[in-house]
Amino acid sequence: MSWNWEVIGETGLQFFGKMSASISHEIKNVMAIINENAGLLEDLTVMAEKGMPIDPQRWKAPASRIMKQIQRGDDIIKGMNRFAHSVDEPLRQMDLSDTLALMGALSDRFAAMRGVTLVLESASSPVPVLTNAFILQNLIWLCLDFAMGCAGASKTVFLKAEKREGGAKIRFSKLQDLAKAETGSFPGERERALLQALKADLVIYKEMKELHLTFPVQAEG
Amino acid sequence: MSEKVLLVDDEEDFLDAMATRMKDRGMEVSTTTSAAEALKKVEEGAYDAVVLDLMMPEMDGLEVLKTMKVKRPELQIILLTGHATVQKSVEAIKFGAMDFIEKPADLKVLTEKIHQASAQKMVLVEKKIQEKIKKLMQEKAW
Repeated sequence: MSWNWEVIGETGLQFFGKMSASISHEIKNVMAIINENAGLLEDLTVMAEKGMPIDPQRWKAPASRIMKQIQRGDDIIKGMNRFAHSVDEPLRQMDLSDTLALMGALSDRFAAMRGVTLVLESASSPVPVLTNAFILQNLIWLCLDFAMGCAGASKTVFLKAEKREGGAKIRFSKLQDLAKAETGSFPGERERALLQALKADLVIYKEMKELHLTFPVQAEG
Repeated sequence: MSEKVLLVDDEEDFLDAMATRMKDRGMEVSTTTSAAEALKKVEEGAYDAVVLDLMMPEMDGLEVLKTMKVKRPELQIILLTGHATVQKSVEAIKFGAMDFIEKPADLKVLTEKIHQASAQKMVLVEKKIQEKIKKLMQEKAW
């Protein structure tokens, strides 16, 4: 089966750019918080040096916020590193549940901007697939982007990876406005090219308010 | 005179630290993580300056800026952003932002901008009063 490289390449580059920009924005936010809290510690030190009595509790809050942000920054960078390495090999043994968690974390800021909460339902055991990691992530993102637009009043999207006979599945559920959504253009050319590359299928269940992405255990024979 | 400032950002840990530092510098500071609440606060209170994050959940910072300027044209708004692009800066200034500062911000620079904002707002308010007086005098044929 021939891959539509032109579409996959263009879509992939857009996806990589979008995620990288979002990650860099998040890192800037972390740095801004550390900057303000370090500045506050400096202010308190100057006050103490001038002989002003400072309650030790005043040092505690900025110090703990800095620690928290360093942890957050570390998590963001770990995610970025995993994402960047997803282009290393054409095929890789992956845990779909783990990939979904990574995509949820990378998409969190986009969700927050739209006032949507992503709820990841954990799988009871690993959900193995042998596939192209980057194309898989790109496809998950496009489906997630569409799903967020169908979240409706509850503003929540539930995500779950699960095993199925002969493969694996990602379920995007509780999409309250899916029935009202304009699904004529989804999946579009980009999604279709990625689905074809991964030998995956996408089914929209309007009544169930769910979107299912199904994958074979192995994307290429 | 202490400046009355409204800080708007969705990062609470950022707001808390910046508000404390500004208060320590004699400013009167209100904070909110919500764009909708920021609009409400602007409607209800007279602020000298608003320091507004460009990337706010649910409502884009530029939209918040436009709405605030419609409600309070004299209000001076300083935008904060993770990444300042020329396009966004031009848009922000076009919609009436006083300035555009990249995060992490230097508090000295920001404080200076807030002083300028306060002075600028006072000029605008005085101008508005003068215009009202002029109009009234014309109406009464004084």
